[in-house]
Amino acid sequence: MTKDTNLQLDADGNLKHFLTIEGLDRKLLTDILDRAEGFLGVARQAVKKVPLCRGKIVANLFFETSTRTRTTFELAAKRLSADVLNLNISTSSTTKGETLLDTLRNLEAMHVDMFVVRHGDSGAAQFIASHAAPHIAVINAGDGSHAHPTQGMLDMFTIRQKKGRIEGLKVAIVGDVLHSRVARSQIAALRTLGAAEVRIIAPRTLIPARAEEALGVHVFHDLRRGISGCDVIILLRLQRERMSGGFLPSEHEYFHLFGLTEKRLSEADADAIVMHPGPINRGVEMDSQVADGKRSVILEQVSNGLAVRMAIMSMCIGTQNLYLQATQQHQEAADA
Amino acid sequence: MPDAKRRISIRGGRVIDPSNGVDAVTDLHLADGRVLALGAAPAGFSAEREVDADGLVVCPGLVDLCARLRQPGLEHKATINSETRAAAAAGITTLCCPPDTRPVIDTPAVAQLIKQTADAFGRARVLPAGALTKGLEGVEISEMAALQQAGCPVVSHADRPLRNTQVQRRALEYAVTYGLPCFLHPADAWLAEGGLMHEGAVSTRLGLPGIPEAAETVAVARDLALAEQTGARIHFRGLSTARATAMLAEARARNIPVTADVSAHQLFLTDAAAADFDANARVIPPLRTAGDRAALRAAVASGEISAICSDHQPHEPDAKLDPFPQTEPGISALETLLPLVLRLVDEDVLGICQAIALITCNPAEILGVPHGRLHPGAIADVCIFDPSARWTVGPQTLVSRGHNSPFIGAEMRGRVQYTLLDGRVVFDRRGG
Repeated sequence: MTKDTNLQLDADGNLKHFLTIEGLDRKLLTDILDRAEGFLGVARQAVKKVPLCRGKIVANLFFETSTRTRTTFELAAKRLSADVLNLNISTSSTTKGETLLDTLRNLEAMHVDMFVVRHGDSGAAQFIASHAAPHIAVINAGDGSHAHPTQGMLDMFTIRQKKGRIEGLKVAIVGDVLHSRVARSQIAALRTLGAAEVRIIAPRTLIPARAEEALGVHVFHDLRRGISGCDVIILLRLQRERMSGGFLPSEHEYFHLFGLTEKRLSEADADAIVMHPGPINRGVEMDSQVADGKRSVILEQVSNGLAVRMAIMSMCIGTQNLYLQATQQHQEAADA
Repeated sequence: MPDAKRRISIRGGRVIDPSNGVDAVTDLHLADGRVLALGAAPAGFSAEREVDADGLVVCPGLVDLCARLRQPGLEHKATINSETRAAAAAGITTLCCPPDTRPVIDTPAVAQLIKQTADAFGRARVLPAGALTKGLEGVEISEMAALQQAGCPVVSHADRPLRNTQVQRRALEYAVTYGLPCFLHPADAWLAEGGLMHEGAVSTRLGLPGIPEAAETVAVARDLALAEQTGARIHFRGLSTARATAMLAEARARNIPVTADVSAHQLFLTDAAAADFDANARVIPPLRTAGDRAALRAAVASGEISAICSDHQPHEPDAKLDPFPQTEPGISALETLLPLVLRLVDEDVLGICQAIALITCNPAEILGVPHGRLHPGAIADVCIFDPSARWTVGPQTLVSRGHNSPFIGAEMRGRVQYTLLDGRVVFDRRGG
């Protein structure tokens, strides 16, 4: 459909880069989840490593600081036996002098095999993938407000684990959808995997323009009505700067109207699960009883994140190996 | 005394001169930098050069209300030399450059520097728009009388939004004093701030901050109110929304002396062009919806919008080689202006005479200059193009230093063969 679809896949439809959920089909997303299933056991082995990416160099390119996401990617790469390079590139150093492309060229010269990219600009991962050398795989670890596809997939994994399926489920996403790359990836994944309904719930200031048409969701401004009948309730992290930006009057009023409390949760479906991409602002998005309660699967999300990232990284490296083999054969044929 | 070197006959072309209602296959005779006659040559006239225009259209040299040449200050993007060369290849003989050069065109020295540099190359007539406020900072009004003396036919705020309405009111009043038209790029500073593309379904999907329609309509409403208050002669540079177009029509119906133009790309592209983070589709005002495009086309057809301009903004390749939010907005557009306008004729939006008027006499009238006409005695700025020639937009075909165009790879119909400025051939595709 779009160029980034083609960019993410090789000619045979194998996953080459992982930039956005959009444009990937149900089979591929299911393959990722199934493969992640297999990696869950690795954590319980005495030797917590598999050799799928041995001899590969993964560079974590974080233009935006994030200890948590970087750590899970680092751990995922190490469990796949890759060597990991962590680069925190403050945006100030790139705005003065060295361009993003200069940075890429330098890393290419160090024979890096995979870039895990987090960047404050929407579209950055796609830009890097379209300009990196053809053998390099690019994984989007969050670009602006555009996409955070590994987070989206780990959430799908967790939902499937808890509910046994995604097809036919009703899912409510509560909070700052306007600025949320997580929500965009979740919505795209849920729709591709056949969720019956995706609802977004927030005051009008945090709902993006033409959301229903653009994202295929139903918009609610009332938490109680919005979560009613839903199988999954996902709460989004609220950034403090939304208050100064004039999106919200106060955390207090937000919690009063959109914060998930035990009482509100008791009015939802009895088996609805509660998710949050972390880190939680207790008393803003939800109260502590909900966060630590039996319906919360927040910590499972974190554990699953590792398996899902291993699955995605190993798939991209697998496609890259196919490419390298083909290039090598081509070279040998040319030499012969 | 006819200048012996500048007696030219253009033979057998289809002469289209909308301001004089001419559309006929005939000859056009030029002498001494002026149009001498249409049809039969006057007795005793002998041409020093004959141009065979068989199968070609002969029209007034195009007048472009907004083209950035990047000089002074941004010579790494383009220069007056490179861009007037592109203008000549595009059939554009008069162009108005906005004041956002470095330094800003807020002193006679900068205005004269641009004019003199362009005159020295002699390929296009460059009319600098003076800055409405000093440094385009929106704080103190500029020395408009001096700028007018230095050759600025209009004053403008380029695409820097004016925040302070009191300053804007005073600036418009001061401009009225000297009869200077004011070019306003309508955008509310606060609503447009931080926006990267049209706020709509595409920006939502891409997670890019949007520029809402209201950024334009709020500014149009404010500017119209100030025009009514001050009696200023305002011109909206580059409308992009259906609603603003409706507001324009309503104001004109109330006899407010306001005109407007549209950038050619707005008549073809929508925000969908940026759906893959294509930085070449990043432009201010942003590409909007199919509904907006339809309304802009209707307004051009009805004459409410009376000029189409290139809004040429050449960039060096690096300016577009970054993630979308870090790229610079703007399209290199001189050379696609005429073919895109001809495409409107192909698509039955405009008749050919109407189309030519939108890029010749109409914009000339907005600038208050006598160009864009071919009656005897008129300044001999002529564009001769092959209406059936097809060409593909690309780095090899563009003369401009800027290759940043969303039309790269697109086939265009209509190609300029000759351009004459003041009766001199300044461009000849056949290499003469």
